[in-house]
Amino acid sequence: MYVAVKGGEKAIKSAHALLSEARRGPLDIPEISQGQIRHQLGLAVERVMAEGSLYAPKLAALAVKQARGDLVEAIFLLRATRGTFPTWGYSEPLDSSAARAKRRISGTWKDLPGGQILGATFDYSHRLLDFELGDVARHSRPLGEAEEARGEGPRVPGEREPGQAREREPGETGAQEPGETGPSLEALPRAARILLGEGLLETESDDGETPGDLTRRTYPFPYSRELRLQSLARADEGFLLSLAYSTQRGFGSTHPFVAELRIGTVKVEFWAPELGFPVTVAEMEITECETVNQFRGNGGRPRFTRGYGLVMGDNERKALALAMVERALRAPEYEEGVKGPAQDEEFVLSHGDNVEAYGFVSHVKLPHYVDFQAELSLLRSLRENPGGTGDGFGEEGDGDGAL
Amino acid sequence: MARYRTGLNYAYLSEDAKRVVRRALLKAVAIPGFQVPFSGREMPMPYGWGTGGVQVTASLIGPGDVLKVIDQGADDTTNAVSIRDFLAKTAFCRVTEETGEATIIQTRHRIPETPLKEGQIMVYQVPIPDPLRFLEPKLEENRALHALREYGILYVKLYEDVTRHGEIAQSYDYPAMVNRRYAMSPSPIPRFDNPKLRLSPALHLFGAGREKRVYAVPPHCEVESLAFSDYPFRAGESGHRCELCGDGESFLDEMVVDDAGGRVFVCSDSAHCRRRRESLQGAELPRAEKEEK
Repeated sequence: MYVAVKGGEKAIKSAHALLSEARRGPLDIPEISQGQIRHQLGLAVERVMAEGSLYAPKLAALAVKQARGDLVEAIFLLRATRGTFPTWGYSEPLDSSAARAKRRISGTWKDLPGGQILGATFDYSHRLLDFELGDVARHSRPLGEAEEARGEGPRVPGEREPGQAREREPGETGAQEPGETGPSLEALPRAARILLGEGLLETESDDGETPGDLTRRTYPFPYSRELRLQSLARADEGFLLSLAYSTQRGFGSTHPFVAELRIGTVKVEFWAPELGFPVTVAEMEITECETVNQFRGNGGRPRFTRGYGLVMGDNERKALALAMVERALRAPEYEEGVKGPAQDEEFVLSHGDNVEAYGFVSHVKLPHYVDFQAELSLLRSLRENPGGTGDGFGEEGDGDGAL
Repeated sequence: MARYRTGLNYAYLSEDAKRVVRRALLKAVAIPGFQVPFSGREMPMPYGWGTGGVQVTASLIGPGDVLKVIDQGADDTTNAVSIRDFLAKTAFCRVTEETGEATIIQTRHRIPETPLKEGQIMVYQVPIPDPLRFLEPKLEENRALHALREYGILYVKLYEDVTRHGEIAQSYDYPAMVNRRYAMSPSPIPRFDNPKLRLSPALHLFGAGREKRVYAVPPHCEVESLAFSDYPFRAGESGHRCELCGDGESFLDEMVVDDAGGRVFVCSDSAHCRRRRESLQGAELPRAEKEEK
């Protein structure tokens, strides 16, 4: 008589049926729509797009719904979808200084060309649960309040501002829902330019190389800076946040100032060989952060160094953490010595991807009967024939990890 | 077979993604045991659950192929069922549990007991492709060690095992030298299976999805498990017989059968076990050794 522990097709089917029920929840509660998720749980959708490396708000909203709100699972769904797409080509470099900014702040200057735009932020709000938002005492805001706050008159919902792109019927992928980001603004020059003029900031230049693509090729370490930024842009927000935090606590300190943090909508242009000029194929929201960090003597005259973070969508916390980690990873470049985990490129870049991490950590749930059996037999034989020194060294991990 | 989902390419991956894998595989076959980087795609199953193997299989499979998928040696483990289902539905190929019938066998952690034949392809799901990883975690460093054929740390690890335990304490994922050049992880198969790789007439392809590496053991290639002349490689045997088919030669899983700790042993290779039982029908089973409770 033996107990069958090997599962089969039937068990999987039943599990899927249960999952579907669990996702839907009680039937007397209305089903949530993609639109509701997109617009009322917007930041969840933004995160899923950023780490899913696919700017597709509707698909991301669907992923959040299908994943029952588990964002890492949703990111995984979006990545898997992305993986089926062929690569047509690469866009022209985004021009973030031409972004229609809905938020733009600087921690280094009280005022700067283009001004500070606070925008919709949790900063300075008191984190008290707002029971007015709850189901019981629900009543809507006075109409048009948000518009007034932005210095505009009330607008009829659905009405477009002049100059805004027509909302396209989403062909599932690509950038959608442009022009949601509020007032159209003049181009905002980068704040860091202020320092560049005086030579106080290290300059950055285009080396003319075509950037690599981590999603289509595998590269050896050490990475070039653009590959590093790509990798970090896809990395888990929580992982980056903690690494950035660790640099602030002394594990590879870089003393960052936020020169600029901006969230805005940019045009995505594609150079079409048939036309001979770039055409705008989409608009997307981005969050960009530039930090100015402790200075380095560069051939005698010290200058501030810089960190940079660019993330798809509205992802302020991540862009900031990214810029800090990016700067920390430049330690070898500045001969700062690698003193903290955040400065160790292979460590950071190999472990930041949550789809990889999620999969590999969870795979230990799979059966390991065979390896376990092999270990069991070995352990028994070692116990029966103690031929070694038996110094107990073997008690710790043998370095071969159960895989 | 019905289409799995409209809008998906044959065998899931786009044709250019398959070409990328195939190019890497050609290089891998040409340099036995060498880990070739490739641009892995996200698959609809999690990393660590066989994405490397599935990408290799998907890039090779055609409608005329006969596919077998095993996990822990068995065709009916949940992950094997799930992967077989996925490939059958996206590649519309015939599936089998019969080792001899399969043209492609995707596996996790085992090599089937039935000897492989020329023309068959084994596809291994690999978690950590580099045998040096747990001794030196840096890829950059390991690349240099492989290039220089500098495998001292592997032997030091085995030597330390001998001094601490009196024998080499690596029961699975036992490193082997391929074609006398590259040290290779055979994936976490039990060391019991290592000898099956040596001079095997089949093509063995290893896919590590998360780590984005493929490597290969071409047919009739020398694969030698690392050891010392005074501590030779031992495949090991269980010392038991299968409770169901009586086989004393195959790799056995231990099953706890009651609350009192009673145990029996059964073949890990479910297809092999079933075939033996069918051929032994009527004949008397070799007696299984009973475990003391």
